Amino acid sequence: MKKLLLITAVIGALGAVPLISQASPEDDLKAFQGYFTERFPNVPLEEFANGVYAIDKASREQWEAIEEFPPYEIAIEEGEEMFNTPFKNGKTYASCFRNGGIGIKSDYPYYDIEKGRVETLASAINECRTKNGEAPLKYMKGELASLVAYMAYTTRGQIVDIKIPFDQRARDAYEDGKRFFYARRGQLNMSCAHCHVDNAGNKIRADLLSPALGHLTHFPVYRSKWGSLGTAHRRFSGCNKQVRALPFKAQSPEYRNLEYFMTYMSNGLPWNGPGARK
Amino acid sequence: MRKSASSTLAAAGTLALMLGSLAIAPQAALATEASVVEEGKAIAFDRKKGNCLACHKMKDGTLEGNIGPALVNMADRYPDKKRLREQIWDATRINPYTIMPPYGKHKILTEEELDKVVEFIYTR
Repeated sequence: MKKLLLITAVIGALGAVPLISQASPEDDLKAFQGYFTERFPNVPLEEFANGVYAIDKASREQWEAIEEFPPYEIAIEEGEEMFNTPFKNGKTYASCFRNGGIGIKSDYPYYDIEKGRVETLASAINECRTKNGEAPLKYMKGELASLVAYMAYTTRGQIVDIKIPFDQRARDAYEDGKRFFYARRGQLNMSCAHCHVDNAGNKIRADLLSPALGHLTHFPVYRSKWGSLGTAHRRFSGCNKQVRALPFKAQSPEYRNLEYFMTYMSNGLPWNGPGARK
Repeated sequence: MRKSASSTLAAAGTLALMLGSLAIAPQAALATEASVVEEGKAIAFDRKKGNCLACHKMKDGTLEGNIGPALVNMADRYPDKKRLREQIWDATRINPYTIMPPYGKHKILTEEELDKVVEFIYTR
């Protein structure tokens, strides 16, 4: 018992590291983007929103052909219809969001000071539903992904500008996401950064590894491998499984914080969802 | 009926003899390096086992990745075969930042599978 108390005290002390001792998110952002612009000197910053298609000509040609008849188009239409269909109480999604829900994907993720957690568009959609007496939707794919696709579509062209407020809990959420990104996990002992920072542009077997810069600008994504549309958290889950780690649940604090960190790292890039990927 | 019973017995006897010789075979096989190397190759190329080609170019490989160095002249690069085994067992001991999975430490391969992979890689 004494030992347990001691451990709790140590963890408590670690948790209370003051703001000043952490590298600022602004410094992280500069270093992160600087790394990629140096690694790929011929790729303009905004192009990183296009993933591997920004760095490989052959893949880009195939992708541009796919984009002529985008596989996510039906999902956008389905999402728009859902968006405009009133709930049983007569209200619509528009009632829950700024600007009637048009062009507001750029508001997410943000740190909600009142709730004390990172709020994502997907979780806000389900909160809107439950507030209006509707059952929440599943987070990985299906109807919710289509709704997010439509809302992403109306946000296209805006610039990613995520804020990390000067609030200890917000900074902690950011730091938690950052730690997740750089931490080894799973039987294969790999971090997100191992593949998508250190080896971005290298090949894993015949597949090119995409740069982490721009990863969160274009979700949800129609992935040929899935044969359907999926949310960012579905992709996180798949990545975790690939390194033989137990995935977290969609909208778990771990994935929310990871989304917060990774989206912030793409500040300055255009929002360009939904996307099509291999 | 009687005849078929006796032929079944005879077949069983032959099978037992064959199984017996198979049981002795592994020791003989370990001595003949060629088959161990072949087994090691199968494990190394298996996507669910070594999956070495995901990152390393090497002779007989196809569509290899380029995350790790090409595996060539391995016997020259590792005069001490034990060092090569250690590297595959846990590469983080030499380079704490490596992306290479610790095949032995994390039990991705059994110790026996790892031995065979070492024999194979040593021929590259």
